[in-house]
Amino acid sequence: MRNRRFRIGAQSLTPIQSFGIHGALLCLCIPALLPFIWMLSTSFKLDSDIYGSSKAGGAVVSLASLIPHPFHPQNYPEALKTVPFATYLFNSLGLCATTILGAVTSSAVVAYGFARVQFKGRDFWFMVMISTMALPGQVTMIPQFAVFRWLGWYGGYLPLTIPAFTGAPFFIFLLTQFFRTIPAEMAESARLDGAGEWTILCKIVLPLAKPALATCALFQFLGTWNDFMGPLLYINDPKKYTLAYGLQQFYSSYDGKWAQLMAAATLFTIPIIILFFFAQKTFIQGVATTGGRN
Amino acid sequence: MRKNLVGYLFISPWLLGFFVFTLGPFISSVALSFTRWDIVSAPKLVGAANYRALITNDPLFWKSLWITLKYAACAVPIGVLAGVLLALLLNSKVRGIAVYRTILFLPSIVPAVASSVVFIWILNPQIGLINGLLKRVGVVGPAWLADTKLAFPSLVLMSLWGVGGSMVIYLAGLKDVPVYLYEAAIVDGAGPFTRMRKITLPMLTPVIFFNLVMGVIGAFQYFTQAFIMTSGGPEESTTFYALYLFNRAWRYMDMGYACAMAWILFLIIVVITAFLFRTQKKWVHYGG
Repeated sequence: MRNRRFRIGAQSLTPIQSFGIHGALLCLCIPALLPFIWMLSTSFKLDSDIYGSSKAGGAVVSLASLIPHPFHPQNYPEALKTVPFATYLFNSLGLCATTILGAVTSSAVVAYGFARVQFKGRDFWFMVMISTMALPGQVTMIPQFAVFRWLGWYGGYLPLTIPAFTGAPFFIFLLTQFFRTIPAEMAESARLDGAGEWTILCKIVLPLAKPALATCALFQFLGTWNDFMGPLLYINDPKKYTLAYGLQQFYSSYDGKWAQLMAAATLFTIPIIILFFFAQKTFIQGVATTGGRN
Repeated sequence: MRKNLVGYLFISPWLLGFFVFTLGPFISSVALSFTRWDIVSAPKLVGAANYRALITNDPLFWKSLWITLKYAACAVPIGVLAGVLLALLLNSKVRGIAVYRTILFLPSIVPAVASSVVFIWILNPQIGLINGLLKRVGVVGPAWLADTKLAFPSLVLMSLWGVGGSMVIYLAGLKDVPVYLYEAAIVDGAGPFTRMRKITLPMLTPVIFFNLVMGVIGAFQYFTQAFIMTSGGPEESTTFYALYLFNRAWRYMDMGYACAMAWILFLIIVVITAFLFRTQKKWVHYGG
């Protein structure tokens, strides 16, 4: 649509300029990738190799030392044995599935109300909803905890899942914007055929909103997968730990087992990276529209 | 009439959540900030004692506030600068730009818990990556996270690793700059630097403003990395405000005190955000 030729410098790049840009970008890619490489390389090393070379009071890092030798993939099964990471993975996935289901469906329903139903006070409540996004969590954290404790939910998953079912302001906002772009005529003709608002939402609006719903699902997944504060406050039974919390617990209780720790960190990060390569567009568009809040 | 009922029915899930999980706690936290409360027994009214103690008798409160403001004042602007520069580089048309963009964006999607443990390992004084590299050039590296002077800058440096997230936002902003502005500028004989100064940067200011505000709000909630990597140490040099608040609440069970801290945090964020919005007229450029 847009003429891309006129992007800055687009048509005026001399070979020297483009060489310089390549050089600068390559230099920046090294620090961006090095932590990943270091994590992976450590996760395949023997503990003795990690410490062994440090006789002179510190290891020297060279390109060769980044390649694990001998190659020791047993860190992975060993890490899974040291801490029940498989259980944590199962817990995290269960929580993700529940919160995605809760947040996406409820946000879609609420967003439909804001986008497509004319009712008194609509703009007021929409403003209220938007402003709650700027409210720092610390302000509500303590009374919320007291409420959940009073309900007898402390120690279980309900404090982490139930709020998702009341919709997430960012998703409601995103979906409201999206629903407003769907032509009103489509809903009108359905209404003439006797369809109610609920039918219009399920049969017409939702099928058209799949990309926006996918963005919400992805960001809810990231939010739950990465959530550290929630489990830290509410989960006290090691069998119920999530991966994020379990990884921190592993670090604080097995200080020094670097190879296993990095294996665990790799297992925790890989799903996100795989997901990223499958849904790169959704990721980048989502960050660009939501401001990268996750 | 029916329309109203239908509308409220649709937004009722959010409305319910708003009253139970946001408004209710929001109001009760004001009330709780005037009490002494350990969550187990009933709260006891103490008037403004919590606020008085915070302001007159709690050096760590001031220290944590200072650390947080320092973070907002250096990590946030450095992040904005780095993000804009990266986006400008990535907006140029060279081969393989999509690959560069992917690589530079990747660090920002790594979960905070994972990047925290990886950076603890990278910054390990004896066998970590950074000191290993320094050793190669004959320098004995410092203790990083265990050094009172370096722990804070280490966290700032680490935040730069995740700059890819805001970079993507700037990149989207750059692609939204209307082409005709550049065409007109070229016709008028403006060179690349004039175009950058007069078109690109002004057009990018709304995005920069957005990131600045979000960054400052984020600084006041900076918690996970400090909690995992330094627990606020050494010598409380990385006790960020949110971390101190958390410790007050859950380590010392001082809920009333922590609520007072939360309210002070809220007011500070409101004041800073209002201030940033006031400066907006001077430098943020909306529309053509």
